[in-house]
This record gives sequence, C-alpha cells and structure tokens, in this order.
Amino acid sequence: MTGNEAIARGAWEAGVRVAAGYPGTPSTEILENLAKYPGVYAQWSPNEKVALEVGIGASLTGARVLVTMKHVGVNVAADPLLTLSYTGVNGGLVLVSADDPGMHSSQNEQDNRHYARLAKIPMLEPADSQEARDFVILAFNVSEEYDTPVLLRTTTRVAHGQSLVATGERQERRSKKYEKNVAKYVMMPAFARQRRLAVEERTLRLKKLAERMEVNRMELRDRSIGVITSGISYQYVREALPHASVLKLGLTWPLPEKLLRQFAAEVDRLYVVEELDPYLEEQIRALGIAVTGKEIIPPVGELSVETVARAFGVKVDCREEVAATAPAVAVPPRPPVMCPGCPHRGVFYVLRKLKVTVTGDIGCYTLGALPPLEAMDTCICMGASIGSALGMEKGDPELQGRVVAVIGDSTFLHSGVTGLMDIVYNKGTATVVILDNRTTAMTGHQDHPASGRTLMGEPAYSVDLAALCRAVGVERVREVPAFDLEGLEKALREELEAREPSVVIARQPCALLAKEKKAGCRVEADQCVACRRCLQLGCPALSIEKDKATIDEVLCNGCGLCLQVCRVGAIRRAGESDG
Amino acid sequence: MVKEDKVDMLLVGVGGQGTILASKVLAEVGRLLGYEVKLSEIHGMAQRGGSVVTHLRWGKEVFSPMVVPGCASAVVAFEKLEALRWKNCLRPGGLLLVNNWIIPPLPVLTGQARYPENIDELLHGDCRLVVIEGEELARQAGNQRTVNMVLLGALSVFLPGEKEVWEQALRVRVPAKFLELNQRAFALGRDAVARYL
Repeated sequence: MTGNEAIARGAWEAGVRVAAGYPGTPSTEILENLAKYPGVYAQWSPNEKVALEVGIGASLTGARVLVTMKHVGVNVAADPLLTLSYTGVNGGLVLVSADDPGMHSSQNEQDNRHYARLAKIPMLEPADSQEARDFVILAFNVSEEYDTPVLLRTTTRVAHGQSLVATGERQERRSKKYEKNVAKYVMMPAFARQRRLAVEERTLRLKKLAERMEVNRMELRDRSIGVITSGISYQYVREALPHASVLKLGLTWPLPEKLLRQFAAEVDRLYVVEELDPYLEEQIRALGIAVTGKEIIPPVGELSVETVARAFGVKVDCREEVAATAPAVAVPPRPPVMCPGCPHRGVFYVLRKLKVTVTGDIGCYTLGALPPLEAMDTCICMGASIGSALGMEKGDPELQGRVVAVIGDSTFLHSGVTGLMDIVYNKGTATVVILDNRTTAMTGHQDHPASGRTLMGEPAYSVDLAALCRAVGVERVREVPAFDLEGLEKALREELEAREPSVVIARQPCALLAKEKKAGCRVEADQCVACRRCLQLGCPALSIEKDKATIDEVLCNGCGLCLQVCRVGAIRRAGESDG
Repeated sequence: MVKEDKVDMLLVGVGGQGTILASKVLAEVGRLLGYEVKLSEIHGMAQRGGSVVTHLRWGKEVFSPMVVPGCASAVVAFEKLEALRWKNCLRPGGLLLVNNWIIPPLPVLTGQARYPENIDELLHGDCRLVVIEGEELARQAGNQRTVNMVLLGALSVFLPGEKEVWEQALRVRVPAKFLELNQRAFALGRDAVARYL
C-alpha cells in the first residue's frame, strides 16, 4: 500500500463515517481510496477551509471524521483549525497535512509541523505505510480521549511510498449524539477565554501522554552517537547510520521532555536529523539540551540516505569514484509539458501574441509560464491571479487594459470568485480568463462543484460559471471554445479594450478525459516552409525533421491548433484532401 | 545475473509511459519472493510528460523507499535519454535495460537543446547494457501500450524469481480484461533477451 492508501485503510478501520478534503499533491489519493470503503461518506469540498468546517459539523454529531489536504491547503483551513483547537471535538477529528519537501508538485515547501505548535494540537508523523495506518487509528483515539483535533503530518515519500501493511477489521462505533453546549462551541470572547484555559490544561495532559506513548521509541545501539528523528528521516538515519542509537518520535507535538533528557543522558553526542526547519532542534535546545542539527543537516529540500551519510561523514555510495561515471555530454532536461490536445495551449498562445501581463494561478496551466509559450508573469497560490490582477492596475493605472488573470475552473471555485467580486466592487477593469476544462486536472481529475459529479460518483448540480460571474456583477461574460484561436483573440482584444470587468470562459474538457479521438493532423512536407511557427505552440507531437515540420501521429490528439497557426496551409486534418 | 538478498531498481521514463503498472507488478514479485518491498514514485505536475522515476527496493530489511545513487542493481529505462540521465545511479556493472525508443523533450523539439546523436555509444560502459525493441515487440503483442510488460519480461530474466512467480504477479496486478495481452507482451520480452545470457 502507499502511505495514502494506508491512511484511508486506517481511517476506515477506525470507524470513520465522514471524510472531506480538497485535492492536492501529495494528499489526493487518501479520499479517493476512502470513498471506496463501505459505510463511509466522502466528499470533495470547494476548498480546504470548507472541508474542515464540514468536518467540524460532522464531528459535533459524534461521527469520526477525516479531513485531508496538502500543506498549503492548511493555510486556507487555518482559520477554523486554530479555533477548533479551543472547542475540541465530539467524534474524533483527524486532519491530514501532506507536506511536499523538495516541491515535487508545489509552490513552496513550508514545514507544517509548526501548525501543531501554533494550534496547540497533538501531531503524529508516520515513517512508512504501516505506521500511516496505525497512527491514524491512534490519532482518532487521542482525539476523542483528549477532546482535540489531531494533526497527522506526512511528506511526499511517506504519502507516495509503498510498503507492506498488516490490516485489521473495522471497529463499528456508537456515536456520541450531538448535545448543545454553548460554552464549548460558541467561541465568543467570554466563552473562548474559558476554553483557552481548557487548551492549556489539555496540553499538560498531552505532555504526560507523550512520555509514555509507544510511538516515541528509544532504540539504543552504539552509544557514541544518538540521533533524534521522526517521519521519513528515521528511515534515512537507519540506513545511513545502522549502528547509531535513535530516539524515534512518532508524536512530535507536544514533545516528551523527560524522554528527551533520558536519551540525551544515554548517548555521548546528540543529533537531530529532520527535514526542512529546525522544528525539533529548537524546542530541544530550549530545554537546555545541547544538540547538533542544522549545522550539518540541510534546511532546504528533501533529505536522503546520501545527505544524512554525508553529514556524518559516512560512505554509502557503492561506487569508488562518482565523478568518473558522469555522462560525457549534458543531458537535455525534460520539464513537464502540457499534453497534446491540452485546451490551455491555445489560450497561452494568444496571450503571448497580445503581449499582455498575465497573473497566473495553480494548475496544469501554470506550465504556460515555460518556453515556448512563456505567457505568465505570476503564480502565488490558489486564487491569487484575480486579486493580483486588480492590484496591478491599482498600483499602476497604465496597466489598465494590459492585465489578464488566468485561472482554472476548480481554482476559480476554490478561491477565485471572491477576487472577482473585489474587481467588480472596487471598479477594476481587468479581464479574467477561466480555463474551464471541467475537472481538477493536475491532481489527477477530481470532481468539483461545476463538474456535475461527486466523489462518490453520483450526478450533482453543476455550477454555471457564466451565471456565477454575472451574479457577482460582471456584465461582460463570454464563452469561447478553447481551440478557436481567432475567437479567443477577438474576445480578448475586445475585453481588454472595455473599461469594465470582464470574464472570458475558454471551454474544452481536459484532453486526458476525451473519450473519442479526433482525426489527427499531418504536415504536407512539400508545402511546409519551415517557418517554425507551429513550434511556438510547444506541442509534444510537433517537431522539425529534415527541415520540415512533422507531426507524431500517435501523440497527435487532433486539437487543430497547429492547423490554425500555419500561415501557408501546410497542415491538414488526416483524411482531408488538398484544396 | 542479479541474484542476491538486496535488489535496488529504478524505473525511468516519460510521464504517461506506463511505469506505474510495471512497478506494481515488480512490488508483487518481491512480495511473493519473501522480500520486504518499498517503492517511491512522484505524482502531480512531474507526470505531465516530464521525466519520471520510480524507486523500487527488495531486501531482507529495507528502510528508505529510495535507492541510493550509485547503488542500483538495475535501471529499466523506457526511453533512451532517460536511460542516460539515470545511468549514474547504477553501481558498477549494474544492469541497464533500455527500450530502444526516443521521445524528444520539449527543449529539443523547440530547438533549444539537442538530443545527443551518439546516445547509443553514451549508454555503453561501466554497466551491463541490454537494449530491447520494446515498441516493436509491444505491437507484436497487440498493443503498443504494453511496452511496460515487454520490459518486465526482459527484466525477469536477470532478476531472482522463477518464471511462474512473475506470471503469478501479473495475474494479481493486471486487470483481468488486459491480462492475456499483457502476458503475451511479457513473454515476448522474456524471449527477446535470451541472446544476452
């Protein structure tokens, strides 16, 4: 099982009845798997904040609830999270934060362990799939016993790593019915002050728990080196330093003070090996324990067996001389690209042609920033494209009519619509392009409120994006087929010209979802003048061979963009004859 | 032949080439052989036609889910440039199993970079190189998408495990609808490397 499959399995065994989340790598597969188990209701919410709020409501009714998201999603859900810490739970609530050190598929590599400390809620960090399953079950028990949400923090290598898992049966649980309790659940100042004290009292009890929890485990071997570690870093330590003594922490907030002192006393030199921030290190040092950490362990990116070995001056490489085996030539990079037939490609081709400033957003279409399209200026976080477009024209009025915000359908519903309201309310003129491909593509095609289907596979109401834009006050809303370059260019020129808010919805389902393949395109070699114009589309099916453009018929999806771009008419749809 | 108590492998290719099913079968083979098995792959943005790598480890006791560069017993490359990119991860004399297939990356298509013309020479040296006509054999099996099974068939000859174990793993991991097709591809791959032994 992957770590994500194991989390789903553990949640099911723990008797989870409700689950909610928003897709985000590396968290997505948890809910996709959990939705398949009997007796579980699972849903995608429009964003992480709503998902956690759904979780809070379900917990109040006594159901056990799993809420999942990627690390940056917790920023969105942080508002309810930090007060949920005060109210506590009824049915157990576990929040999974899947972090992405090394930024395999993320815009930052923030260390979400800080959230546990900030919210004062217990945090468990599994190191493999077995622990992922075990820790989820443990987390639910702690959540109910200590009346607190619990953070289960994974990282990419745990979430998408696979190892064998011993499973158990589902524990069917009787729910503790919802009972009105204003002093506990209405966080107005007078009640919140009382709950604030309850949080402190809970923390003291959790600290005692930390001392006796089996997931905090001392492994005494050679006493000359003692390493404190948690999560995936434990695996790297065990492999790079097989003889070292290890204190493996499964619960990383609150920390077991006595156990830390005891371990420090058992070993000669004490180290902390942790990915990203010196989270453990600083807290251990604050206890007055001398420890070495980020002096030798990199604070940036993922760790590995090699980085740990190098930090301790140990050799793990099986080769004598690595340098001697380096390839004789530079290997060309292979960055990710938009797929053949991707509906985003044409939009960026036109935006590049119009030489406008483009505020971008999070999704496959962020690839529009890369050569040869290079038609994106910013990408910050989910929904940021629209607010920043408004900010640009407010900051520099000369940019009026020169800024386009580009956002996907799922991202627009996540947190773009509030930005659009702001444009209307504060008299902006920016043009917003919604790339409507009917799915959350980047994370592997999850449904959303405008896709017409739920996570459980049931048909659902599909939000009418155009009507939604009109409802917030945008009068100029138009829909254009995403493969119609002329139509897109005309619409964008007119909307940029208009001194009022406007939305262009570029519609075309994701190429990977298309059931039928259109007839592919081919190049009439004798008519090709090798102007390389079609290559500006950045389509993986197009290349130059023997000074003529050529189309890989296996890859070609028949979108027809190249056919529209070619000035000499050398590209035709297969099956169509000359003239 | 790689026959030992620890087998570290990399499956490398281009997003969308079918490395994921292949890694599932390999994990199953390892399990059937009584190894502890760990595997690590990357999802999300990197999968969109980018360079992808799956780490797979069989061993008595496996900690990290990732192979240490320079220690891999085998690198299975679905594409030649990716073979070159990851070849360094092999330990000296390790198996480099390569699908004789070129997929130019975008910087090459747009003329910003060159695909190494002498790639076949560059793959030689310091390893045991085995080149397979994967696409051709997959077509013979009945579908070009079964190139992953062709490569697995070829790999099976060099790794521990009797043929029957591999076939059982296929039955467990491949959807029934496609099993026969994939079995054919596997057998063709297995036969194709006989001359290397």
